[in-house]
Amino acid sequence: MIGLGQFLEVLIGGLMSGVLYSLVALGFVLIFKASGVFNFAQGAMVLLAGLALVRSLDLLVAWGLPLWVAIILGIGFAAVIMAITAWLIERFVIGPLVNQDALTLFMSTIGVTFILEGAAQMIFGSDAYPLRLFPMDAWFLFEDLFPGGILLNKLDVWGGFIAGILVAGLAIFFERTKTGRALRAVADDHLAAQSVGIPISWIWFVVWLAAGLVALVAATVWGTKLGVQFSITFLALKALPVLIIGGLTSIPGAIVGGFIVGAGEKIAEVFLGSYIGGGIEYWFAYVLALVVLLVRPQGLFGERIIERI
Amino acid sequence: MRAPDTNEILLQVEGVSLAFGGVKALRDVSFDIRKGEIRAIIGPNGAGKTSMLNVINGFYHPNHGAITFKGRTRAQMQPFEASRGGIARTFQNVALFKGMSALDNIMAGRTLKMRRGLLWQMLRYGPALAEEIEHRHRVEEIIDFLEIEAIRKVPVARLPYGLQKRVELGRALAMEPDLLLLDEPMAGMNLEEKEDMSRFIIDVNNHYGTTIALIEHDMAVVMDLSHRVAVLDHGVKIADGTPDEVKENQAVIDAYLGVAH
Amino acid sequence: MLYREAGQFKTTYAEDMAIFPIRQDRIALGILLGIAFVGVPLLATFHIWPFNSEYLLWAILLPFLILALAAIGVNILVGYCGQISLGSGAFMAIGAYSAYKLGTGVHIPLAWFGFAISIPPLPVLPSILLGGLMAAIAGILFGIPSLRIKGLYLAVATLAAQFFFDWVFLRVPWFTNYAPSGSVNAPRLDFFGLAVNTPIERYLLCLIFITVFAVLAKNLVRGNLGRQWMAIRDMDIAAELIGIRPLYAKLTAFAVSSFIIGVAGALWAFVYLGSWEPLAFSIDRSLQLLFMVIIGGLGSIMGSFVGAAFILILPIMLNLIPTQLGVPLSTETITHLEFIIFGSLICYLLIKEPHGFARLISIGKEKLRLWPFPY
Repeated sequence: MIGLGQFLEVLIGGLMSGVLYSLVALGFVLIFKASGVFNFAQGAMVLLAGLALVRSLDLLVAWGLPLWVAIILGIGFAAVIMAITAWLIERFVIGPLVNQDALTLFMSTIGVTFILEGAAQMIFGSDAYPLRLFPMDAWFLFEDLFPGGILLNKLDVWGGFIAGILVAGLAIFFERTKTGRALRAVADDHLAAQSVGIPISWIWFVVWLAAGLVALVAATVWGTKLGVQFSITFLALKALPVLIIGGLTSIPGAIVGGFIVGAGEKIAEVFLGSYIGGGIEYWFAYVLALVVLLVRPQGLFGERIIERI
Repeated sequence: MRAPDTNEILLQVEGVSLAFGGVKALRDVSFDIRKGEIRAIIGPNGAGKTSMLNVINGFYHPNHGAITFKGRTRAQMQPFEASRGGIARTFQNVALFKGMSALDNIMAGRTLKMRRGLLWQMLRYGPALAEEIEHRHRVEEIIDFLEIEAIRKVPVARLPYGLQKRVELGRALAMEPDLLLLDEPMAGMNLEEKEDMSRFIIDVNNHYGTTIALIEHDMAVVMDLSHRVAVLDHGVKIADGTPDEVKENQAVIDAYLGVAH
Repeated sequence: MLYREAGQFKTTYAEDMAIFPIRQDRIALGILLGIAFVGVPLLATFHIWPFNSEYLLWAILLPFLILALAAIGVNILVGYCGQISLGSGAFMAIGAYSAYKLGTGVHIPLAWFGFAISIPPLPVLPSILLGGLMAAIAGILFGIPSLRIKGLYLAVATLAAQFFFDWVFLRVPWFTNYAPSGSVNAPRLDFFGLAVNTPIERYLLCLIFITVFAVLAKNLVRGNLGRQWMAIRDMDIAAELIGIRPLYAKLTAFAVSSFIIGVAGALWAFVYLGSWEPLAFSIDRSLQLLFMVIIGGLGSIMGSFVGAAFILILPIMLNLIPTQLGVPLSTETITHLEFIIFGSLICYLLIKEPHGFARLISIGKEKLRLWPFPY
C-alpha cells in the first residue's frame, strides 16, 4: 500500500522535474511568440550550451583558475557561443525563409537541429560530461510526520528558483522594454512591424539569443542533474507536449504545462507502472498532449484564432 | 442589361446578423437573389460584403437569421455542404492551389462530380480512366472558354495576377454551380483585363444561365453588369434595387461621399 | 539534341495524361527497369563488377528499395497532403510487428469471457499486406487529430504515436511472442512455394513490391484523390469551399501513407533485417524518412527514390573518400559530419528549392529540351 508520504514525495519530485521541462519550454514559447516558428532545435540548443559550458569550465579549471572565475568565464563563453548561433540561424536560415509557411519553417528548424547537434559534438566532444554547479544532496522534510520524511532535492529547488527568476525577467522584458514591445509587434504582423521601422532581423536575432540564453540556463540545471550528454536532446523534446498542454503562446502555460507533465508522468509511473509495465514516463507526456489536442486544441492558456479568407 | 424573365427566387437571406466578439459585421440584413440574374453587392470598405458571402457559403455561421437556398432553409451548414448544394466562389485575394498547374486547379473543381473510389483510382484503368478523361473534356471546354489554353500546364504560382483570377473563375465554373459568388473579380486589374473579365461574367450568365452574386468596387462595372444592386454600409443594408435606382439613392450617395459616381 | 519532344503530338487526352508523356523519358525508364530487373540479377549471379561481393546488394540496394518505398508513403502524407509526420518509424514498426504476429499465429486469450481468439499462421504475403493494413488503421486513428489541428500541432500528435509504439513493442511481450531478449526473428520467406533466401531473390522481391507500389501511388497522386490532397495542402479553406471534405481527404492520405509505410516496415523487418528489435524503428528512422522526402522532393514520387539514394549513399561516401585521400575519419566524426551535411542541405533546399532534387532534375530536363539555347 502506498502511503500519503510516498505520494507527496512523488508529487513534489514530479513537480520539480516539471520545472526543468518548463525551462526548455520557455525557449520555445519565446521564439513562437515572436516569429511563429515552432523551434524543434531548442533541445539541440540546450545540448550546445551545456557542452560549451562544461568543456570550457573543465579547461579553465585545468589551467588553475579559481572555480568562481572559471564559472563566470565559462558561462560568458557559452553565452557568446549562443549569440553566434543565434546570429547564424537568423542570417542563414530564418531570415531567408521569411514569409514561408509554418511547415517549411518547422522543417528548417529540424535541419538546424541536426547542424547544431553535429557541430556541437564535433567541436566539444560527444561523451557524457559531469557538471557541478548546484548542490546535489537532498533535504528530508516532515521527518516526524512520515517515516523517513519526504525527500526533496536541493537541485530541484534551485531549478524552481531559477525558473521563477527567468519568468519574471521575461515578463518584464516583454511588457516593459522597447525591444519587448517591438517583439510583440513583430509577432502580430511582421510586415506591418517592418513598415513602421522596426528592424526585423535585429528583433529575430534578439529572440533567438534570448532562447539561446534560456537554453543555457536550462543546461546548467539539467547538466548538473544528468551530466551534459546527447540524450538531453530527447528530454528537451518533452517540452513540445508541455507547450501543447499549456498553450503555444503562453509563458504561464509553459510553466503550468511543465508542472502537469512532470507530476503526471511521475505519478503515472509509480502508481500505474506496476500494472501495465514500467517506462510510462517515456510516452506519458505525448499521449496527454494528444488528448489535450483533441479536447482543447489551443491548450489550457492559448488563444483561439479566428480564421479569415 | 435586360433582366431575366423569371422572378423565381434562388436564394433568400433573412435578418442575418453576424458578430465577431464586439464587432458587428452584419446587422439584420435581408435580400434575395433571383434565378438567372447578376446581383451586385456593393458598399464602402468594411461594409460587410465579404462577410455576407462567407455566410452564404457556410464559412461563417450567422448569429441570427436564416438563409433559404433552392427552397431549403437553414441557419448553419458546413462549406462543403454549400458547395454540394451548388454554390461556387472566387476570392478577394486569389485562393488557388499554388503548387498545382492551372489544369489541375480546374480539375479539382470537378471533385464533387467524380465518383470512382480509391481502389479504382489507384489502378487508373477502365472506369476510372474513362471518368478522368470525361472530366478532362469538360475542363478543356472551360479552358477554351476562358482562353487560357497556353497556360494549362503551368503551375499557377508562376502566372500573373490577371490570369490567376481567370483560373480561379475556371475552377468555380468547373463545379457547374447554380449560384456563383464572385468576390471582387476585377480588383487590381487594368482596363483591358477588366473588359475581358466582364465579358466572361456576362457570357457565363448568358451561356450557362448561372446566377451570379458579385462584389465589386468599380462602379462603372457594377452598373453595366448587374441587374440589381444591394448596398451595404457598416453591416446594414441601406439600399436595394436596379442600378439606376441605387445611383439616385441619397443614403448611397452619402455612404460613398467623396467617391465619384 | 536527343531530348526533343518536337514531332510528338498527342491526339487524345489519354496520351496527354500518361505518366511520362515524352517519348525519351519512356525510353529512359524502360532502360532503367531493364537494368533493375534483368541486368542487376545477371551481374550478381555471375559476380561481375560491381557485384563481385554481396555488399552492393545487401548494404545498398536492398535498404534503398525498402526505404524508398517508405519514403513514398511519407511523401504522400507530407509532400502531397501537407500533414507533417514525425511518427513514420512507428508505422513501420506496426507493419513489421503485425506482419510478424500474423505470420507466426495470433493467439489472444480472453480469460474474462472464457475463450480465446486464435488465428493460424498466415503465409508471408498476406502477413505483409495485412501488416500494412494494421498500420493504415493506426494511421487513421492518429490522423483524427489532424481534423482539428494544423501543421505543427500534428508534429506532436505523431510524436505521441512514435513514443507510444516504441514503448508498446518494447514492453508488451505479447508482440514479441515472449522472446526473452525482446528481439524477434522473421518467419521463413515463402511466396507461393518459392523460397526467398539469397540476396538476389530478396532484391527482386523488394523490386517487385516497390515497382507495383510506385505505379499505384503515382496513379493516386495524379488522379482526383491526389488533387484533393494537394488542394488541402495548398489552401485547405478554398479546398473545402469547392466541395473537398477535409475529413475524407486527410484520412485517406493518412491511410494510404501508413499502409505503404507499414508494408515497407514489414519488408524491412522480414527481408532486410531478418531479426530485429524495436530500436530499428525509432524516431531516428522517422527523421531519416522525413529527410529523404525533403531532400528528394516534397510532392514527387521520383523524389522519394532520389532522396533515399542520397541519404544512404552520403555516409558511405563520407567513409570512402577521406580514406581514399589518405585521411580516414573516425566513425564519430563521420556521424557528426553526416548530421551537419544533412541539416545544412535541408535548410539550403527549403530556402532555395523546396521541391528538392526532383525539381532540380526537372529544371535540368527543361533546359535540355531547349539546349543549346538558354530559352
